[in-house]
Amino acid sequence: MPKDNPNSGGIGASPKRREDVRFLTGAGNYTDDINVHGQAHVHFLRADVAHATINSIDTSAAEAMPGVVKIFTGADFAEVGGIPCGWGVTDRHGDPQQEPRHPIIADGTIRHVGEIVAAVVANTLEQARDAAEAIDLDLGDKPAVVDMAAALAEGSTKVHEDLTSNLCYDWVFGNDDDTAVQAAFDSAAHVTTLELVNNRLVANPMEPRVAIGEYSRGTDEYTLHTTSQNPHVIRLLMCAFVLGLPEHKVRVVAPDVGGGFGSKIFHYAEEAFCTHAAKACGRAVKWTSTRSEAFISDAHGRDHVSKIELALDADNNFTALRTNTMANMGAYLSTFSTSVPSYLHGTLMAGNYKTPIVQVNVKTVFTNTVPVDAYRGAGRPEATYQLERVIDKAARELGADPIALRRQNFITQFPYETPVALTYDTGDYVATMDKLEQVADVAGFAARRAASEAKGKLRGFGVNCYIEACGIAPSNIVGMLGARAGLYDAATVRVNATGSISVFVGAHSHGQGHETSFPQVVAEMIGIDESMVDIVHGDTGRVPFGMGTYGSRSIAVCGSAMVRATEKIIAKAKKIAAHLMEASDADIELKDGQFTVAGTDKSVAWGDVTLTAYVPHNYPLEELEPGLEETAFYDPANFTYPAGAYACEVEVDPDTGKVSIERFSAADDFGNIINPMIVDGQVHGGLGQGIGQALLENAAYDADGQLLSASFMDYAMPRADDVPFYQVDHSCQTPCTHNPLGVKGCGEAGAIGSPPAVVNAVVDALQSAGQDVTHIDMPLSPARVWAAMNG
Amino acid sequence: MAKVSMTVNGKAASGDVEGRTLLSSFLREELGLTGTHVGCDTSQCGACVVHVDGKAVKACTMLALEAEGTEVATIEGQAGADGSLNTIQQAFQDHHGLQCGFCTPGMVMSAAALLKDNPQPSEQEVRAYLEGNLCRCTGYHNIVKAIMAASGQDVSGIAAE
Repeated sequence: MPKDNPNSGGIGASPKRREDVRFLTGAGNYTDDINVHGQAHVHFLRADVAHATINSIDTSAAEAMPGVVKIFTGADFAEVGGIPCGWGVTDRHGDPQQEPRHPIIADGTIRHVGEIVAAVVANTLEQARDAAEAIDLDLGDKPAVVDMAAALAEGSTKVHEDLTSNLCYDWVFGNDDDTAVQAAFDSAAHVTTLELVNNRLVANPMEPRVAIGEYSRGTDEYTLHTTSQNPHVIRLLMCAFVLGLPEHKVRVVAPDVGGGFGSKIFHYAEEAFCTHAAKACGRAVKWTSTRSEAFISDAHGRDHVSKIELALDADNNFTALRTNTMANMGAYLSTFSTSVPSYLHGTLMAGNYKTPIVQVNVKTVFTNTVPVDAYRGAGRPEATYQLERVIDKAARELGADPIALRRQNFITQFPYETPVALTYDTGDYVATMDKLEQVADVAGFAARRAASEAKGKLRGFGVNCYIEACGIAPSNIVGMLGARAGLYDAATVRVNATGSISVFVGAHSHGQGHETSFPQVVAEMIGIDESMVDIVHGDTGRVPFGMGTYGSRSIAVCGSAMVRATEKIIAKAKKIAAHLMEASDADIELKDGQFTVAGTDKSVAWGDVTLTAYVPHNYPLEELEPGLEETAFYDPANFTYPAGAYACEVEVDPDTGKVSIERFSAADDFGNIINPMIVDGQVHGGLGQGIGQALLENAAYDADGQLLSASFMDYAMPRADDVPFYQVDHSCQTPCTHNPLGVKGCGEAGAIGSPPAVVNAVVDALQSAGQDVTHIDMPLSPARVWAAMNG
Repeated sequence: MAKVSMTVNGKAASGDVEGRTLLSSFLREELGLTGTHVGCDTSQCGACVVHVDGKAVKACTMLALEAEGTEVATIEGQAGADGSLNTIQQAFQDHHGLQCGFCTPGMVMSAAALLKDNPQPSEQEVRAYLEGNLCRCTGYHNIVKAIMAASGQDVSGIAAE
């Protein structure tokens, strides 16, 4: 609920972001801005072929080059663990996923372009690069496996010789009785089928990855500065699985991080390398990725090929849904790769609809490409795209209005148990669609189409709904499903003697504005000015524990931990106040930073109580410890379920096939909102990425496994003139029922909900001109649209 | 190595550089002006935009030696001596024109160059001018809005803040 004065602070206000001043004045502290005294630089020699046997590596000439400190090859890491996969999926036969070793440096075989073959540590980066060119590699080329269907074919070359095939797992979810599901399709009045590709993307946060490893011989302690969304997770994975180090000897710091979008969740080889090499070289080791390296070493996203089928009865009710999807894992299993096409995709296939039967079949495939993992939305965009495209196609086949067909099949009763294992606690899909129709001015579309046609352009309107599941939890359930981590979060609220507060949070802000929004909550609970509250994040040496930021979880999970810890603070502070005012705890009220005794005029200020906690002269020492610091861990009872309806209007130039986005409208239900300005910004950014996927972006490999779109010259990032001003509304709010703030999460909605709306709009535009075009695979480049229109 | 001298944010600056040293590297590594960011290696992203003799330049695309004798302005020199944000910086904060902040220095420096030449740009002119600046966080909505607001235009009618 917006405040009367948006700058007044507290929950629902939009104070200006406090982090902005440092970013706007060049005073940010990104990892590459950090230099450690005496540091050396590493340059990684990366594979330029997709699949080869390493017959030999001769580093002798390189070692003699100026400035070289040490050169590492796979042999140097033979005794070190591989990079772990954080989720073990059990296949349809009850067998575990095939899980190959994922070495820090290639151990005899190159499996994708960009894989590290050797690492040169030198005094300067230029020296390291020069020396890398003197390394003599003798490779035995092997055929590259790139196409997923070919990879699964009998007799295909194997990416991993020690596995039985290129299949990682063959998984079924939802209704697993094939006969019953087929019967539902056989008895349907209408079945709509669509084959589609969810194009491979590169996350491309503007800040490339960086890692700086340090080792102190005096204390046997390591420090890793890294561009991470979750430094505690990196510490755990690197210590427990890769390097075998005790966690208390390792500090991981993720300072200002320039965007992540999923790609900075994962534990990467370069992090473990720099940590390990710092000790081996006796000095700090720094790596800064170039953008060219990022394209071939950051985990990619999406890359699903699906056949989706929707069955409807004679009254247009959805009766069954079935998908058969192939999902690319790349050459190795990145940290959360296996969870994305399975549990983060399959569980969302019901969408906003009461389809009684849903069956999800997924085959994940090893190929000689960069590993694929979570990218903004992670599985949920892939589910939404299939569902909302097949519904649109069904509407066109049946002559039904796409909005009316969706409305007819909406879930309207909550809580609702889906056939794919989720329980939606709240939502109001009718309300968000009502709001969308208003925001998007559906009624005015005909006039806008006429105006476009008068200019010789085709105009199309596309709509879709989405639901996402945020704040993946609870830990015991996800553990049963194969997660190898807990999915709680933690916060420590430290009140200083003078009343100011540091909140140590496990969430990590890399653009989300936590430094502004999190203090709004604590300040409102206590009734003090926001300027008295700071958060501390991104440093395992300062923050006790945390699981980081991904999956739109920060405020729903870590924010809840912060609320719980603040509640403990308030409870203890009330006891101190009761002692000071010689009253009973139960009679103490806290409002606007003042403790009062109900029914009296006695009061004591927040600062007096906090000072007393640390100067306990007049204090119930026999009953209460001094100090005012509390920690809470919060493990959610369920996911949260943001949902909404999006609409896109496009113009298509029939002569060139160029698509332009004329309007984009979003009606979201995020439950309660802490900072509306930040929420709008999150939606805008998601829409920009979703439109980028729909129209522009594509990570394209050739048959030899070379990434053709491996720079910003070739990979079409959305630019300012590719997108319009967006109409964003989040006035529909059904609060989450199971977390203390009633919040749902907003980080991924825009990227999940926008691609189908764009494609639906383009198909609508082409059909308005009598074109028999029912689908075009993303990205809808001018060439693809023109080709679709011209046979 | 060769000696290079220039004026950076109004102060004399010099250092020894290799022929291949980029202006962006000189600013970041020699002068410690780490507000100029490097987000790519193909002159596409614009995170490194600075002004050289008043013109917007991608500092990753100019050798340090080419800047000999020039006046260079970077993001660190944009705020007032008392730390107060300039009009463009303030508009970016007021309109939430930044999230992770990595592209922001380049955006602010490009916006300054745009407004110098075109004090009241239309939405389309702003979008076209930002062709060389990539942002992955904001979907550009609030960047375009902030630049229009910084030019004194009324942006209250632009949807959704």
